[in-house]
Amino acid sequence: MSEPIVKIRGLKKNFGSLQVLKGIDMDIDQGQIFALIGASGSGKSTLLRTINQLEEVTEGEIWFDGELVNQKLPHRQREAHLNRLRQNIGMVFQHFNLFPHLTAIENVTMAPLMLGRVNKAEAIEQAKKLLDKVGLSDRGDYYPSKLSGGQKQRVAIARSLAMNPKLMLFDEVTSALDPELVGEVNRVMKALAEEDMTMIIVTHDLRFAEDVSDHVIFMADGLVVEEGPPSLVFRAPQEDRTKSFLQQVFND
Amino acid sequence: MDFALIGRIWPFFAEAAWVTIEVSMLAIILGLILGFAAALASLSRNVLLRWPARAYVSVFRGTPALIQLFLLYFGGPQIGIHLGPFEAGVIGLGINIGAYMCETIRGAILSVDKGQTEAGRCLGLGQTQVMRRVILPQAARMMVRPLGVNAIALIKGSAIVSTISVLELSYTAHRYISSTYKPFEMFILASIFYLAIVTVFSFGVKKIDERVALES
Repeated sequence: MSEPIVKIRGLKKNFGSLQVLKGIDMDIDQGQIFALIGASGSGKSTLLRTINQLEEVTEGEIWFDGELVNQKLPHRQREAHLNRLRQNIGMVFQHFNLFPHLTAIENVTMAPLMLGRVNKAEAIEQAKKLLDKVGLSDRGDYYPSKLSGGQKQRVAIARSLAMNPKLMLFDEVTSALDPELVGEVNRVMKALAEEDMTMIIVTHDLRFAEDVSDHVIFMADGLVVEEGPPSLVFRAPQEDRTKSFLQQVFND
Repeated sequence: MDFALIGRIWPFFAEAAWVTIEVSMLAIILGLILGFAAALASLSRNVLLRWPARAYVSVFRGTPALIQLFLLYFGGPQIGIHLGPFEAGVIGLGINIGAYMCETIRGAILSVDKGQTEAGRCLGLGQTQVMRRVILPQAARMMVRPLGVNAIALIKGSAIVSTISVLELSYTAHRYISSTYKPFEMFILASIFYLAIVTVFSFGVKKIDERVALES
């Protein structure tokens, strides 16, 4: 049994006097697909954002690939440490956050080029492959403003994959999309899941969570209320809070 | 209106207008350099950079440009700074407009969506790399017009260097009034030149703005 790629212990996070994470433990093995579900304000996005330290934590430990992510370090060393870790942790956002001044292909090639991972020809070749993989081989020269939401999100996924991450974080990536564009993004994520990418997906799309994940975590008020395989959490929830959440969502 | 007089002396005003352009452009360049440096410093984590930058902005926006100019030109020699009128004019105006430009540049940088920084940092890029390749290219587009407004204010405000006898438009107008006793004609003539400079400059700013906007 190998070490989990992500290991979280006793994680707490306060925003001022408000405690949004109240002690989270979590183990994610290589290749697992985790879905984090729960009502708005339950802490699931915050939890996701602590893993790559977009949010600093108040207490507890986050381990990634055998390294303590939230080490106490002097500023410069901490920056170097985080830059190195983040190169292996891809993240996709609700609002895409594509670089609007760069074309789709430049969005994808920028980081690998700037970090000296590849030369220009290699970067372009790799970016073309990735855009092809997300179904946008004909959109490489488009600026983000000329792309639909679904296309933007697929470019954003390609941009993250260009760093060859060991872990992908998805933060409500279809929440800002028109309903008819959700499918194309979900299909790309599903394909990624089938390639054994380790993924943590924060989502309100419970059907997708059930379809793609192999472990579901239901959070409420900064705590994990219930977790397990999707078949159990969705079909036979044990906790009352899970039951009422699922009922509310599925009745809408 | 004495058109014959205007016809005779306008070439002297044209020469003076050139001095106004020189003083203004050099001050704008100095202001941009200072403003840019101060904007980056004021956004730094390091208080040794941030505080001096904030102090610079407060002091130079909080006191009259005329007093700053007098302090430099008349007060300077007392502390060993000896500058000619032209140099003092450029430096005085430049430092003053730099404080305003700092705020413009800083505002443009801060107006870039926080998600852009997050996306860059999540790819493993450092703070400086993100600033240079993600934030500044976007902020640059947003600062062209407001910096143009700052620069135009400076061109018109450059009239104050006439008080330290830089031979520019306002000074020239005053000089010809004392020999012709025609203040109406002289000030109209000076105004026409100011208007021409500002119009051409505004057009240039508009072109730059259109150009940077087209790239996305």
